[in-house]
Amino acid sequence: MGIIKAVNLIFDYIKRDEEERVEGVDRALDGLSLEIEDGSFVAILGHNGSGKSTFAKQVNGILTPTDGTVLISGMDTRDEGHIWDIRKTAGMVFQNPDNQIIGNTVEEDVGFGPENLGVPTEEIWKRVDESLEAVGMTAYRLKSPNKLSGGQKQRVSIAGVMAMKPQCIILDEPTAMLDPNGRKDVIRTVHELNRQEGITVLLITHYMEEAVDADRVIVMDEGRVVMDGTPREIFSRVKELKKYRLDVPQVTELADELAGAGLPVSRGVLTMDELLAQLVPYMKEHMTCQSKQ
Amino acid sequence: MSIKTVNLCHVYGQGTALEQYALKDVNLEIGDGQFIGLIGHTGSGKSTLIQHFNGLLKATSGDLLYNGESIYAPGYDMKQLRSRVGLVFQYPEHQLFEVDVFSDVCFGPRNQGLPEEEVKERAREALALVGMDESFYEQSPFELSGGQKRRVAIAGVLAMHPEVLILDEPTAGLDPRGRDEILGQIEKLHRERGMTIILVSHSMEDVARYADRLIVMNHGEKIFDDTPRNVFRHYRELEAIGLAAPQVTYIVQALRREGIPIDDSLITVEEARDAILRLVGRAPVRDGK
Amino acid sequence: MLRDITLGQYYPVDSVIHRLDPRTKLLGTLLFIISLFCMDSAWGYGLAALFLAVTIRLSKVPLKFMVRGLKAVLVLLLISVSFNLFLTPGREIFRLGFLKITWEGLRTAVFMAVRLIFLVLGSSVMTLTTTPNELTDGLEKGLGFLKKVGVPVHEVAMMMSIALRFIPILIEEADKIMKAQMARGADFESGNIVQRAKSMVPLLVPLFISAFRRATDLAMAMEARCYRGGEGRTKMKPLRYHRRDRLAQLLLVLYLAAVIVLRVMI
Repeated sequence: MGIIKAVNLIFDYIKRDEEERVEGVDRALDGLSLEIEDGSFVAILGHNGSGKSTFAKQVNGILTPTDGTVLISGMDTRDEGHIWDIRKTAGMVFQNPDNQIIGNTVEEDVGFGPENLGVPTEEIWKRVDESLEAVGMTAYRLKSPNKLSGGQKQRVSIAGVMAMKPQCIILDEPTAMLDPNGRKDVIRTVHELNRQEGITVLLITHYMEEAVDADRVIVMDEGRVVMDGTPREIFSRVKELKKYRLDVPQVTELADELAGAGLPVSRGVLTMDELLAQLVPYMKEHMTCQSKQ
Repeated sequence: MSIKTVNLCHVYGQGTALEQYALKDVNLEIGDGQFIGLIGHTGSGKSTLIQHFNGLLKATSGDLLYNGESIYAPGYDMKQLRSRVGLVFQYPEHQLFEVDVFSDVCFGPRNQGLPEEEVKERAREALALVGMDESFYEQSPFELSGGQKRRVAIAGVLAMHPEVLILDEPTAGLDPRGRDEILGQIEKLHRERGMTIILVSHSMEDVARYADRLIVMNHGEKIFDDTPRNVFRHYRELEAIGLAAPQVTYIVQALRREGIPIDDSLITVEEARDAILRLVGRAPVRDGK
Repeated sequence: MLRDITLGQYYPVDSVIHRLDPRTKLLGTLLFIISLFCMDSAWGYGLAALFLAVTIRLSKVPLKFMVRGLKAVLVLLLISVSFNLFLTPGREIFRLGFLKITWEGLRTAVFMAVRLIFLVLGSSVMTLTTTPNELTDGLEKGLGFLKKVGVPVHEVAMMMSIALRFIPILIEEADKIMKAQMARGADFESGNIVQRAKSMVPLLVPLFISAFRRATDLAMAMEARCYRGGEGRTKMKPLRYHRRDRLAQLLLVLYLAAVIVLRVMI
């Protein structure tokens, strides 16, 4: 059984007026069901407002279902007695790097989670050392978070979650506020944690490039899962992705366009090398005399 | 209208051990009706540069001429400069403050001292330009979606009737569709109104698509200033400073290395597709774009 | 202007004062301030000066840096000195129109000035040698006994610590908002007091909204990291008294005793 399991999950944001009367109901999750395998790297894609962030908050027990169930390692998020175990099992990294760092130095921030869990002092230090090492931020341990770049801040946040020894990390658009270099750093760090420490990763994003190396890609729209498969399967359905207000990397798009024009190029190409391996032999063979000159 | 910088320098902490050049001898001239992409990684000086264009920051040395007049001359009307050079900052949350969308857009023209009738006229016009219809006028700006907030923020500056519109990463945090919508709107302003646009961006794909001139900054210096096609030919140098060309550039370059004589100045997916099809003797695709 | 306030600024060097437990330093500062208000003779102030000089020397913080902190209280100093100087009745030394200076006034004014200067220098020693974190930790643990009477010591300390982290962020944000509004023609500088107060609205509204948003986000992030108040929490950097703290505390007691003796004898 998967580490995360959602069954017919429904969640409504309820708007209330000043007198606490219900003014409107916004259905953010609408019968979502999915299961995440332990140790896998799953990317969840969706446009803003597709319900993907709401789902992330369900996994960590920050929000609880209006209807349906979420099980984390078999624990029901609605069971108050398990809430801290759930948060320890499924750690969460948020979008805004500034609004989730609590400590005044990097190492103090990483120690915040273990302190809350009541971990003995020596063990906290050990965990802080290990976590900073794992995200490559050891050299910055005494720095103030305000002196770091966005990408570095996000890596500190990841270390902060790692220090709680979770089985799973949910990252809710961790790169939305970063520049391209910071974005690459964060994604690389998350992949390393997945490979080396076997941590299950749930990466929520709308940057398609970040989903290319995932084991599985899930596309959400209107609070439901609308596409689910390997990156190759998903990225070969360019038209459908565009319908869900998403985009594909330029290579994938080019391959798709060429395939559409009748060239023998497969859809769902993920890397440049893959495209070239198919395109170069064909072009060499079919180039017209005029263009060879 | 023209903006010209002469040896523009901006130094932080001058005379101390922490002296740092945010801008170093920047010389450039921006003419009427251009669509300029301004690129550089975080800390390259691009944000500092645009804040000089409307006088929010003052150069440590060097000069900045607007329509041939130095903005540092005594008695220069900074307020007027700011209404001519409109600057929209990255986060709309930093400027939206009124109770409803319409009054928020009125803020700029009202500061210009225009009569109330004209203020309202301009707000209506600016909101129409960014595609926000009357049903939004009474809404609180804080309850809008990210893309809508950004439109209102742009309208707030457009209502001042600027000659130049500078946008600092207007698409940050938007999803692909939201990004295309905002950029499409900006491109329309450029096309239909002939407005000069300076677009600060991290995305090479975006500037490749829209800009006709690309300025690349690194460590406070201007290192490239040319058409996007010519700048992306230097993709190796761009990589060396932590930037990258659009993926299409890499594909084209790789094809050329394989001996395929494809034009090396292609930068968009459509261009590359058609060039490849032409090379293998097929007709280019006709699409609605 | 803001830069001149050394109070609350950490001066990063390694010294015996830096290494003292923050609780010792808090206690020391408190006792020193009390001692200043106990004494009323030149001998007493001499003793305080000696104590302060030795501490500053041990702290390795340049005196120049300390003195800069006095600038912030200069106005206050001048006002209180002139009040005492001119308004104390007694034996007259000098008279200019309705202003007169008396022996008693001179004495009180000088003592007052010295007292104020020592007070600022004394507290600067603490803030310059203690990081804000140590200070909050010290307050939390040092005032822990108040928990028994229902004062939420841990929560207050946590709030202080978070405030310390967010003040620079909010200052930077205020700067960005100001620029964004200036780009729309806002004027924060000219006009009378009413106009200026009104012109702050476009700055304050976005700043407050952002601050509330940050607070909500941060609360959520803290909960996600299993924060549930001070109960059952362990410390990464627990405070422990060392030999040097005991020694410092002993010296403090001796100093206070000497001050009291002087006060009674002279």
